[in-house]
Amino acid sequence: MMRASPFSYFAPITIGEVAKILAGEGPRALLLAGGTDLIPNMKRRTQTPAVLVSLRRVAELRGLANGRIGSAMTLSSIAESPHLSPHRALIRAAAQVATPHIRNAATLGGNLCLDTRCNYYNQNYEWRQAIDFCMKRASDGGGHPVRNEDGVCWVAPGSPRCWAVSSSDTAPALIALGATVTLVSIAGRRELPLNDLYCDDGIAYLTKPSDELLTEVVLPDATGWRSTYWKLRRREAFDFPVLSVAAAVKLASDGTVLDARLVLGAVASHPLLIAEAQELVGMPLSDDAIERLAAAAARFAKPLDNTDFALGWRKRVARAYVTGALRELRGDDPATLGLLARRATALRPLS
Amino acid sequence: MKITLTLNRKRRTVDVSPLERLLDTLRGALGLTGTKEGCGEGECGACTVLLDGKPVNSCLVPTAQCSGAAITTIEGLAPRGKLHKLQRAFLECGGAQCGICTPGMILAASALPDRPTREQIRTGLAGNLCRCTGYEKIYDAVGVALGTKK
Ligand SMILES: Cc1cc2nc3c(=O)[nH]c(=O)nc-3n(C[C@H](O)[C@H](O)[C@H](O)COP(=O)(O)OP(=O)(O)OC[C@H]3O[C@@H](n4cnc5c(N)ncnc54)[C@H](O)[C@@H]3O)c2cc1C
Ligand code: SF4
Ligand code: FES
Ligand code: FES
Repeated sequence: MMRASPFSYFAPITIGEVAKILAGEGPRALLLAGGTDLIPNMKRRTQTPAVLVSLRRVAELRGLANGRIGSAMTLSSIAESPHLSPHRALIRAAAQVATPHIRNAATLGGNLCLDTRCNYYNQNYEWRQAIDFCMKRASDGGGHPVRNEDGVCWVAPGSPRCWAVSSSDTAPALIALGATVTLVSIAGRRELPLNDLYCDDGIAYLTKPSDELLTEVVLPDATGWRSTYWKLRRREAFDFPVLSVAAAVKLASDGTVLDARLVLGAVASHPLLIAEAQELVGMPLSDDAIERLAAAAARFAKPLDNTDFALGWRKRVARAYVTGALRELRGDDPATLGLLARRATALRPLS
Repeated sequence: MKITLTLNRKRRTVDVSPLERLLDTLRGALGLTGTKEGCGEGECGACTVLLDGKPVNSCLVPTAQCSGAAITTIEGLAPRGKLHKLQRAFLECGGAQCGICTPGMILAASALPDRPTREQIRTGLAGNLCRCTGYEKIYDAVGVALGTKK
């Protein structure tokens, strides 16, 4: 059962009204989109807003045309949208979030603003109390987590920061696709490359202030681009990512790479854009070039012991998944790719 | 706050606190206990209902978010006591044992396309856990009801 203290609920109809309420209520308020992350978090008291602002009646947030996706579009409508099929990485990522039932309620905006996760934090109140909490803590009556100066990071004791993990599936995919986001507050609207929405911090994981709402995601023209998304999770039926690879390449007709982006998910507090992908430009996607980039990406993937599976193993799978994703974009036979994925995950450790 | 919604094709108005879960409103004020609670966290699907025709987890949906929406529960699939074809197939194929997962399974299956492939059945029911049957008989039942070719 959820119990809430004295509490306000707003259900505005326009983006302007939402922005006004957020400005008036300050950090006590949180947006409620699909609620599939927020409601369980409120139950565990890791998010404790005093005011909820529902986006359900804001029709302006549900458009989809010309590469502009309203932030309140559900993940199932995105995964099934024929308009978005050129942006394959997004379709694949959206289709692998949680369960079909959750995707019917969950929104793109909520997925992009998803709280970072950690085995020591995504637990109920009593569990966290039993370990004296940690550095990341719910703020009293506030929606966003804050820094607990007395708390230790149980994953990296002695560390001055929180390493909770960015676990959104669509964020890495959309960064690989070169997406920007539109943010609105009473001060006006601004556009931002999606990558710049994220901070390398498990507590303050978004760069935007709490009075801004994300209204839409804007995708650039996909002509000439190919993209994909590979996700590692414990249960194939549904689970948060333990590692994900989003890759996009623009190829000339002779197969030369004109542009490339590679992003790893669930290995850091933010989606990890791998700058070395640019080294592919001007060459064909040869086995060597792919191997070099996969090795470089695995070096940057520094998973910590706060999600699932053994660290060293996750790092090895990172390398194999980058290789697999790029070979897929090159057009390799799906059967060999399937074999590669099975080999990479065959020696899965039990813990 | 007062919320008006359509429940199993009838308009109903309920007075709820803003954070009350649809699951509790259905089982409490609205008196329909066919919808079950398993985990209360979106993991098991026992609480599945149709919201505007699509399966959702009623344990994650605040009733306040359902203003103006159409909800179908398991009771709505069998009006006047005549079983739905999915319910009949679950009976015939042994798709239910303890029964806790069954209402959710059946509602999730009711949103599948006609003649789904085995793979579509498996993915469509990926959010519904069953601790008894081992799933195969559930997939069989859904296939029989929805005309999947053997
Ligand atoms: C069993 C289970 C499995 C899950 N598996 C996955 C998974 O595999 N991958 C994954 O990525 N997620 C997963 N999730 C988490 C969650 O379901 C998704 O991330 C979902 O997309 C969140 O969207 P929502 O609309 O429900 O967000 P909400 O819960 O409504 O909101 C999430 C956060 O975003 C903020 N927010 C929402 N909309 C906006 C906006 N427009 N502007 C600014 N801030 C906003 C909210 O204030 C809140 O802080 C899982 C959840 C459950 C319960
Ligand atoms: S990474 Fe450390 S500080 Fe952050 S939630 Fe986990 S244990 Fe707490
Ligand atoms: S009770 Fe809702 S998903 Fe388990
Ligand atoms: S029949 Fe018992 S949980 Fe499915």
